[in-house]
Amino acid sequence: MSGLTKSSIARKVVMALSGFFLVFFLAQHFTINFTSVIAPDTFNEWSHFMGYNPLVQYILQPILIAGVIIHFVMGFVLELQNNRARGVKYVKFKGSANASWVSRNMIISGLVVLAFLALHFYDFWVHEMAYKYIEFKPQDPTRYHAETVEKFAPMWRTVIYVVSFVLLALHLWHGFASAFQSMGVNNKYTPSIKAFTKVFAVVIPLGFVFIALYHHFNPLTH
Amino acid sequence: MVDYDLNGVEEDMSFLEMLDVLNEELVAKGEEPVEFDHDCREGICGTCSLMINGQPHGPDSRITVCQLHMRSFNDGDSIVIEPFRAKAFPVIKDLIVDRTAFDRIQQAGGYISVNTSGRPVDANAIPIEKDMADKSFNAATCIGCGACVAACKNASAMLFTSAKVSQFALLPQGQVEAAERVQNMVRQMDLEGFGNCTNTGACEVECPKGISLENIARMNREYLSASVKG
Amino acid sequence: MSVLDSKVPSGPLAEKWTKHKNEIDLVNPANKRNIDIIVVGTGLAGGSAAATLAELGYNVKTFCYQDSPRRAHSIAAQGGVNAAKNYQGDGDSVYRLFYDTIKGGDYRSREANVYRLAEVSSNIIDQCVAQGVPFAREYGGLLDNRSFGGVLVSRTFYAKGQTGQQLLLGAYAAMNRQIQRGKIKSYTRHEMLDLVLVDGKARGIIARDLVTGEIERHSGHAVVIATGGYGNLFFLSTYCMGANVMASWKAHKKGAFFANPCFTQIHPTCIPVSGDHQSKLTLMSESLRNDGRIWVPKRLEDAQAIREGKLKPTQLKEEDRDYYLERRYPAFGNLVPRDVASRAAKERCDAGHGVNKTGEAVYLDFEAAIMRYGKEKAYTSGIKDPDKATIRQLGEEIIEAKYGNLFQMYEKIVDQNPYKTPMMIYPAVHYTMGGLWVDYNLQTTIPGCYSAGEANFSDHGANRLGASALMQGLADGYFVLPYTIGDYLSDDIRTGPIPTDSAEFDEAEKNVRDRIEKLMSGKGEHSVDYYHKKLGKIMWNKCGMSRNAKDLESAITEIAELRKDFWENVNIPGSSDSKNQELEKAGRVADFLELGELFAKDALQREESCGGHFREEYQTPEGEALRDDENFKYAAAWEYKGEPKDAVLHKEELKYENIEVKTRSYK
Repeated sequence: MSGLTKSSIARKVVMALSGFFLVFFLAQHFTINFTSVIAPDTFNEWSHFMGYNPLVQYILQPILIAGVIIHFVMGFVLELQNNRARGVKYVKFKGSANASWVSRNMIISGLVVLAFLALHFYDFWVHEMAYKYIEFKPQDPTRYHAETVEKFAPMWRTVIYVVSFVLLALHLWHGFASAFQSMGVNNKYTPSIKAFTKVFAVVIPLGFVFIALYHHFNPLTH
Repeated sequence: MVDYDLNGVEEDMSFLEMLDVLNEELVAKGEEPVEFDHDCREGICGTCSLMINGQPHGPDSRITVCQLHMRSFNDGDSIVIEPFRAKAFPVIKDLIVDRTAFDRIQQAGGYISVNTSGRPVDANAIPIEKDMADKSFNAATCIGCGACVAACKNASAMLFTSAKVSQFALLPQGQVEAAERVQNMVRQMDLEGFGNCTNTGACEVECPKGISLENIARMNREYLSASVKG
Repeated sequence: MSVLDSKVPSGPLAEKWTKHKNEIDLVNPANKRNIDIIVVGTGLAGGSAAATLAELGYNVKTFCYQDSPRRAHSIAAQGGVNAAKNYQGDGDSVYRLFYDTIKGGDYRSREANVYRLAEVSSNIIDQCVAQGVPFAREYGGLLDNRSFGGVLVSRTFYAKGQTGQQLLLGAYAAMNRQIQRGKIKSYTRHEMLDLVLVDGKARGIIARDLVTGEIERHSGHAVVIATGGYGNLFFLSTYCMGANVMASWKAHKKGAFFANPCFTQIHPTCIPVSGDHQSKLTLMSESLRNDGRIWVPKRLEDAQAIREGKLKPTQLKEEDRDYYLERRYPAFGNLVPRDVASRAAKERCDAGHGVNKTGEAVYLDFEAAIMRYGKEKAYTSGIKDPDKATIRQLGEEIIEAKYGNLFQMYEKIVDQNPYKTPMMIYPAVHYTMGGLWVDYNLQTTIPGCYSAGEANFSDHGANRLGASALMQGLADGYFVLPYTIGDYLSDDIRTGPIPTDSAEFDEAEKNVRDRIEKLMSGKGEHSVDYYHKKLGKIMWNKCGMSRNAKDLESAITEIAELRKDFWENVNIPGSSDSKNQELEKAGRVADFLELGELFAKDALQREESCGGHFREEYQTPEGEALRDDENFKYAAAWEYKGEPKDAVLHKEELKYENIEVKTRSYK
C-alpha cells in the first residue's frame, strides 16, 4: 500500500478520485439550484434540508471541503513537480500540435475556478455559517430563494459567475474524461465516456450560467 | 542558440542528411560540427532525438527525425532545432542527451525472469489469443526514443514505461511477476525525476510508433491492483 | 597441414554437438564467480551471450558505442528468424534447414557449424517465446510462419516487419535482468580501440569513453567480439551509421585471422539511391518478395520513357513487362536467393531497362497480390460479385496488415504511394558473410578471443539466406558460445583477476593514444566523410556486385593511395578529450581503409564465382555463377603481416561428408 501514497500514479489517482467526487457534487448542486428557477418552494425546502441535516452538515460538508482542498493542493503539487521535471525550457515549444489548450492549462482553469470558489464561499457559505453559528438566527425555511436571487442583482457578480463557469466548463472538458484514464479505464467504452463528459462539461456549467443570468434579469419585485 | 545559413538543400534529402551537409561545411571551415545522435537512419533504433520547431521528430507524424524529409519544409524557412529537454535527460553535448534513465527503468523490471540457458517448454505449448499477442506486439514496438517525454509538457515518461509494462502484462508468460514489475518500474520512473502524467495525450500524438494511451491506463490499472493487493 | 584447426568434433554429423557438449570441460559455479568476460557489441549475438554468460555466473562487462544496448543494428532486421520447427507440417527438418543453408551459402561454409545452427534453431523460438517476444500468431493462438527466399518451406517466425527489434529487445531484457542482479556491468557510449594480449592470450581491451574522451583499460579472462559486420566499408549500405569493423580489425591486427572478407551480401530489395547527399540506404524486407512481383519494361523505349517521366508503370500492359526472375528461374521465381536476385536486377539495369532517373531501379509490384487477396477476402466475407474497387480495397487492407510499416516507410522516403504504383527497388550492401575466422568453439586464432554473430565468418558461406542472421546471432549467443567458452576458461579458475597495470596494457594504451594523436594531427584538407565516400565509390564500382581482376587490382592500388592521403590530410576539428563524433568516425574509416584493400585482395585470389562473390571471368554462357570446387572449396583466412597487401592466406579446406556438392540451381 505504501506505493499508493507516494508514487506519481497515486497522485493521479488522488486527483481523479477527488475530481470524481467534485463532479458528483456539482451535479447535485446544479439540480438543487435549478429548482430556484422552476420551483422556488422546492428550492427553499431542499436548501433548508441541506443546511440543517446533520449528515449533510457534519459529514458530507467536511468531506466536500476536504475534497476541494485535496484536489487543489494536489493540483499545485503536481504542477510544481511537473514544472521542475523540465528545468531548461524549450526555446520553441509547439504544444498545440499535439494536445488541446484545455488539457495543457488545467492549472489556469483550475485557478480561476478556485478564485471563484473563494467568492462563492464568501457569498453563501460564510453567510450561512454566520447566520447559523454566529448570529444564532432562527431557522427560516423560506429565506433561501430570495437570498439567492438578490445575490445576482449586481452586474459584476453575475459577470464573474459567468466567466468562472466558462472556465469550469473547460476544466471539466479535459478533467472528467481524464479521471477515467487515470483510474485505468480505457477500453471500448472510452469514446462514449468522452462524449458523455463533453456533454456534461457543457450542459452543467451552461446551466449554472443560465441560472445566474435568469436571476440577474428577473429580480424579485416585492 | 546559434544561427546557421545553409544552401543547397534538396527536397528528397532527409533532415539528418541536411545536418550532414551543414556539418561538412562547418568542418571545411575548420569549425566544430553540431553533434547530434543518430544511427540506423531508418526509424527503428530510436537514437535520433531532435526537437524541431517545437515538436519532437519534427512536424510529420508517425516518424522519427531520420525519416523526416526536407520536402516537409519550404524554401527559406528557418528551423529551430533543440535537444529533447527534461531533467531526466541531461544534455551531453549540443543536441545529444543522455537517455539512460530509460535503461534504468527497464532494468528495474522490464523483463520476464526466465533463464536463457534453461530449457523452456515448446513455443507452441502456450497458445496466446491473437488479439492479445497483437496488442502486446503493438506495445513492444516502442523504440525508446523519448519523444513522449520531450512532447509532454510535464516531461512525463508514462507512455514509455507503460508500453514496457503492457507488453508483458498482456502475455500469460508475463503475468506471473506482473505486480512486482509494475511497482518496480514505476518506482524507478519516479526516482529518475520525470514529471507526472496529466493525460494531455501529447505523447501518443508524437510517438513515432503510435503507442496508445491505452497502455497508460493499463499501467494505472496494474499499479492500482498491485498496490491494493500488495 | 594448415595452421587452422577447426576443432570439429568427430562422429556422425547429427551427434557432434551433443557429444561435444558432453565432452568439453566445464567451470564449476563457484569458480565462475572468479572469472571476468568482456563482451564487445550488444546486438543479438553479444547481448544474448552476455545475458547467458552472466546467468551462468561469470562476471560480464559489455561495451557498445550506442547509448543503450537496445539500439544495436540487429534492431533493424525486418523479416524474421528461421527455425526448423516444422509447425506448418510442410516437411521441414533440421536436416533440411542445414541443407538449405549450405546450398544457399554456395557450399562455402563449414558443415558441422551449420548443422549445429539448424539443430539449436528451434530452441531460439522456445527461448524467445518464454521471454515474452510477441511473435505473430494465427487465430488459433499458435505461432505463424512465412516463407523466405531460397527455400521451399515456411519456417520463418516473425513479428510484423520488426522481428529484429523484438528479438533484440528480448535479449536486451535478458541483459537488463543480469544488470539488475549486478552480474553485467554495461558500458554504453564506449568504443573498443584495441585488444590486449598477455602471454599470447586475449586478456582485455582498451576502450574510449565517447562522452569524456577518456581512455580506459578493462581486463578479463576472455574477450568476445560481437560487433557485427563491416558493410559500411561501402559508405552506402543498409547498415547503421555507426557500424564499424574496429573491434574485429584490432583483433585481426593482434593475430586473429580474418576470413572471406570478399563475401558480402548485396540485398536485392532496397530503396534506390536518390542523390549525392545520400547517407544511407533503406532495406525493404525480403518478405515483400512473397507477394511482390519484380519486373522491368520489356522494351528499351518504354524504360526510357519511364525514366523521363513520360510514361507511368501502371500504364504498361502486362505483355510489355518482363518479370525476369519468374522468366529465368521458374521454380523459385521471385523467391530466389538474394545474390541471384541482386545480380539479375543489375543485369537488367545494365542492359538499359532500369526505371528511375539514374536507371538503377526495378519494380516490385503488389498489384497482383492486392487483387488476389482482395478476391479471396471478398469471397470469404460473403460478398458475391464484388466490383474491382471493393476487391482492391480489401486487398490493400490485407497487404497493409502484412507489410504496413514497410509501405509507410517507403512512402515517407520516396514520396510515392506503393499501394497504387509499384515500388522501385535496387540492390544494396546489407550483410557481410566474412569476418573473424573462428573454430567450432567460436574461438578466433587468438586464444581467449571469441567472436559471435555477423562478426565471425562461420555459418553462411558465400551467401546468407533470409532470416538466418537473427538465427545465427541468437544461436551463437544463447546456445553455443556460453558453453564452448567454458572449455577454455576451465584453465583459468586459478588465475585470479587480470591486472591492468602490466606492460602489455601500458603498451596497448600508448599505441591507442599515439594513433588518436596521429589522427588529430592530419593537415586538415578533407573531412572524414570525404574519404569514406571515396572509399565507398571504389568498393561499389570495383568490388561490388560483379568483380574482375583488372578492377580489383586497381582497387587495391587506389585504396592504398587513399589511405595514405587520409593519414596525411584528414581534417578532424575539436579535441580528443571530449565528445567528438568526427574523431569517432575517423577511427572507423581508418580501419575500413585497411580492410578495403584486404577485401579486394581476397576477391582477387578467389578465381571463381560463388554466392555473393561474382567474378565476371567465371560465369556460364547464360550468365550464371561458375563455381570452382576443385580449387576454391576453402575458407580464406588472412593473417595480418603489417600492411594489408602483405597479408598471408591460410586455407581451411571445407569437407562435405553429409551433403553432395552440386551446382546451385534455382531454375
